[in-house]
Amino acid sequence: MYRKYLNMFSIAVAIIATVVIIHNGCQQSKDLVSGDVAEKVYVKPGTYDDFYLFTSGGFSGQVGVYGLPSGRLFRVIPVFSQDPEKAWGYSEESKPMFMTSYGFVPWDDAHHPKLSQTDGIADGRWLFINGNNTPRIARVDLATFRTAEIIEIPNSGGNHGSPFLTENTEYVVASTRFSVPIPNKDVPLNSYKENFKGTISFIKVAKEGAMNVEFQILVPGFNYDLAHGGKGPSHGWAFFTSYNTEQANTLLEVNASQNDKDFIAAVNWKKAEEYVKQGKYKTFSANYFRNYFDEKKHMAFSEKKSDVKILIPSECPGLIYYLPTPKSPHGVDVDPTGEYIAAGGKLAAIIPVHSFSKMMKAIENKEFDGDVDGIPILKYESVMAGEVINPGLGPLHTEFDDAGYGYTSSFISSEIVKWKIGTWEVVDRIPTYYSIGHLCIPGGDTKKPWGKYVIALNKITKDRYLPTGPELTQSAQLFDISGEKMKLLLDFPTIGEPHYAQAIPSDIVMKNSRKIFPIEENANPYSIKAEKDARVVRNGNVVHVYMSTIRTHFAPDNIEGIRVGDEVYFHVTNLEQDWDIPHGFAVKGANNSELLIMPGSTETLKWLPAQEGVYPFYCTDFCSALHQEMQGYIRVSPKGSNVELAWHTGK
Amino acid sequence: MTRINSFIFKSFLIVFLTFTYISCGGESNSDKQTVDKSNTSGLPDWEFKNGFGPIKKKLYLMPIDKPMAGEGLKIFESKCAACHKLDERYVGPAQRNVLQRVTPEFFMNMVLNPEENVEKHPHSKEMLAQYMQKMTNQNINLEDARKLLEYFRLLDSELPKK
Repeated sequence: MYRKYLNMFSIAVAIIATVVIIHNGCQQSKDLVSGDVAEKVYVKPGTYDDFYLFTSGGFSGQVGVYGLPSGRLFRVIPVFSQDPEKAWGYSEESKPMFMTSYGFVPWDDAHHPKLSQTDGIADGRWLFINGNNTPRIARVDLATFRTAEIIEIPNSGGNHGSPFLTENTEYVVASTRFSVPIPNKDVPLNSYKENFKGTISFIKVAKEGAMNVEFQILVPGFNYDLAHGGKGPSHGWAFFTSYNTEQANTLLEVNASQNDKDFIAAVNWKKAEEYVKQGKYKTFSANYFRNYFDEKKHMAFSEKKSDVKILIPSECPGLIYYLPTPKSPHGVDVDPTGEYIAAGGKLAAIIPVHSFSKMMKAIENKEFDGDVDGIPILKYESVMAGEVINPGLGPLHTEFDDAGYGYTSSFISSEIVKWKIGTWEVVDRIPTYYSIGHLCIPGGDTKKPWGKYVIALNKITKDRYLPTGPELTQSAQLFDISGEKMKLLLDFPTIGEPHYAQAIPSDIVMKNSRKIFPIEENANPYSIKAEKDARVVRNGNVVHVYMSTIRTHFAPDNIEGIRVGDEVYFHVTNLEQDWDIPHGFAVKGANNSELLIMPGSTETLKWLPAQEGVYPFYCTDFCSALHQEMQGYIRVSPKGSNVELAWHTGK
Repeated sequence: MTRINSFIFKSFLIVFLTFTYISCGGESNSDKQTVDKSNTSGLPDWEFKNGFGPIKKKLYLMPIDKPMAGEGLKIFESKCAACHKLDERYVGPAQRNVLQRVTPEFFMNMVLNPEENVEKHPHSKEMLAQYMQKMTNQNINLEDARKLLEYFRLLDSELPKK
């Protein structure tokens, strides 16, 4: 009996051990993670990462800021979505940032973060990102890590193909995903071919960053997808992919996949500038907004725009050429030399790579194959430099290293494929987990890639993380590309959908980081510069509370004489001049959010007391040992009460 | 009880010694090499007396410049008054007589470099233990700190002489 049990026990142990060994073996071969990997991503406590990684939050509408190689999340920058934590879109000062021709739009779908460039190299001044749904482009200031400007794009049905840059950030370019009637009007949907058009927009960026829709180009009613500016020899040109050249308006998955080739539109924007200068544009009335944050006033302003200049290609010869490109191309990526233009033919079995110099020659020799609405179509053979064969299924996007290789993401086969520029041969491939969309090499779409890592931005994680109900995290994966073979180093989860990301060496950005806002420069009309100026002012039923904060009290912290039905504005100025000392402000029953006030700045919370009683308020950001003492009371009396308006601190 | 009394006594002793030292040192500061026997802090004499910060030499103070003191008052109101009153304890200690407690050099170093002093200087540590609030760095530049000093020199000159 005893022996029998012992035998059974031994067998069970053996089975478990075997299963464990096999299982672990599988896991290892699946990930190909070798022994020294931990060292390569380990950033010692108290030390800095080598790179900043800016990921789009996708449908969260925000931007995530991570460190590489650690994958640590440092900040979520609110951009297109309201964020009660930072009062973004809730404070009176930030509300104008959300203005559009459709009114206050509190959310968007943010896809492509793009670092500003000087001479084709990422310079760390700004990060641009697009809002897809209600077409907008935002500019984030990388000194403050705050959204500095949001401009609406008129005549656009969906702003997917943006914000891509010219080499000195002269322009941010955008193309409409959905073609729509321009100007928009009520037409039958099956009149697509007759009524629907696309636009390509050039948004001028002024020296200090201010954006303006300088001109748009009216293009045939296709879907426009992605873009890239030329660089070096191709500086002065920008490239835009299109699909749905079939011009279907229903069941696009079938109907827009019929043609063998769609187009990359090559736009000569220097030529466009000349045409604009010559007055060869039409002025279309259009209704759109530019919103910007005034750093001295600590508040945002909205500017309404009412027209836009439009160029018509048939009236502007030499403005656009079409490069035929196989099967619904998605990404269009220009290599660091500016000579090669790689397309992600998402339904193609190859990656076509066009040559800029061949394109120029073909234009000169008029090697055309017909035209669309006056836009000449160049012959595929005349512009093609080479084809990467067997790049995986569903090739989407390519980024480049500094050693002459392209790295293409293949969505359907979930892999990154490395190929050599010039020979077009595939030299390495590595699986991603799972369904990679974009990929990112620091500086990988500029003249100067820092080719140390490639980051895969994955749509699906399935079994990679602890389950969290029906929705699982999406992820980024870090690969070492410093050697011949790509090596997986790290998986890390991301906010929203990490649709695209850009990375930059830390020292370029961190030296500009703001620590405080000098209080003497605070030009907010409701700011106070000294505690002695704290006061409460009634004007009819509108009450302005001019409040100051410093560790660890509010002034005033006792307020009486507020009445039900009043409209109360708390204008809170943080008098601190020390790095990393924001104060929070929250009042019971507020229907909006808290305030989080940076040192030296002023923010305003609107509060509508609906019931009489006593309302506490307090600091929400743990600021010092006496943080828990940082509080106050507001007495709210009935409507028409004669309780006198009074305020004080410490008496 | 005894323990508390002893603590208060010790504190008093330290403060007393510090004051005594400063008031003596004020007059005869010519020889920096002098080893001060009351300095048992382990700090160099200069830092013990004048704190840590950019002021590393004795200031040569001219007669009080009233317009400059006026500018100092404005800086005090904007950057300091949220925590310091002149004649009563607030977040930090009352400030009218600050120059009777510390040297002008210490005053400026504390304004310019509070973090290091709170960490290293026995007097600042003592104050921290008493007020439970680290003095804030208000990002005041050298020139403005000097103006603040002038304001407190003016206040000091108006105090009744003992």
